[in-house]
Amino acid sequence: MNELTQQVDLNEAEFGDYFALLKPRVMSLVVFTAAVGLFIAPGYTHPFIAFTSILFIALGGGASGSLNMWFDHDIDAVMKRTKSRPVPSGRIKPGEALSFGMWLSFISVVMLGLASNFLAAGILAFTIFFYVVIYTMWLKRWTPQNIVIGGAAGAFPPLIGWAVATGGISHESIMMFLLIFLWTPPHFWALALFMNDEYTAAGVPMLTVTHGKLETRRKIVLYSLFLAPVALGLSFTSVGGLIYFVIAAVLNARFIYGAWALLRRDEEIANSDNYNQERKYFKQSLSYLFLHFLALALQSMWVKIGLEAWL
Amino acid sequence: MSFRPIHDLHRRRLGRNIGLGLVLVALVSIVFGLTIVKVSNGGNIEAFDHVARPALVPKGEE
Repeated sequence: MNELTQQVDLNEAEFGDYFALLKPRVMSLVVFTAAVGLFIAPGYTHPFIAFTSILFIALGGGASGSLNMWFDHDIDAVMKRTKSRPVPSGRIKPGEALSFGMWLSFISVVMLGLASNFLAAGILAFTIFFYVVIYTMWLKRWTPQNIVIGGAAGAFPPLIGWAVATGGISHESIMMFLLIFLWTPPHFWALALFMNDEYTAAGVPMLTVTHGKLETRRKIVLYSLFLAPVALGLSFTSVGGLIYFVIAAVLNARFIYGAWALLRRDEEIANSDNYNQERKYFKQSLSYLFLHFLALALQSMWVKIGLEAWL
Repeated sequence: MSFRPIHDLHRRRLGRNIGLGLVLVALVSIVFGLTIVKVSNGGNIEAFDHVARPALVPKGEE
């Protein structure tokens, strides 16, 4: 072996690993809600500007995912669900994830500002700050309220989409924000009910870990009740209407009923069917949010093609 | 003369290089597209600099 022999890391990352740092599944929800926020906003946005804005909102969301994976690589290594991520598996070094996330944050914010306006870019910058500093670094490991407050980070995209189109913030965009904000706790608590062991092992103070599963089930019901008036209230704003109202009413009735059904189960029953109902409720919560935003888009399309008078 | 077999490492590096190349081409296309859209969408392309530009002053304010 001569002195020129270089130590080569055979576990080098491939392109897909960098893409995985962006949390593509989370990004898909960001893209969809931001796109709906932009689409239903009043006024005209050039399609190319709309496309690039959504792209850079998604990139900003991805950047915060990368920064999250940099900071959380120690607990990601403990949890089965996350231990094959690029950083805990050693394919990407933590420092690399940090600089990748910082650069992408900078590029996405500046480019969104140039493509649309600097209010939208400012909200994107705040969203990244909120997710990385407030949620990941501060709340997540400290309080069971972590996802209640941290949920705000995921709620900003429709507000940004709206700001891209209108250059402002309005009560409609704030209600879309609230819809996601209040939806986040029951969504993650349903996950925590059947992932409790992993959160306990990682030392993340989820509500199930600190207050037990019964309290978590109660809180899921409570938040599903908080959520319904906001979801239905959107019907009575300029972006709502009969189509949205009917869909939202059905979805919220199902969501509250599902939460109630979870409360009536105890741990013995849940263990016997491997948390089948809780897993179903988690999936239902995903479709709940997706269908609400789809309903908003449909309602807007209905109005835009001039069929409003029919309903 | 023999060629050394290509290691998986080389395949991953090639993938990364191609991927990065495509991302850069996409970024350049986006900046170019944005420029075209912003310029062709009207509005003042000329702006005030350090010299008074009577042509840019709205009518009635002269």
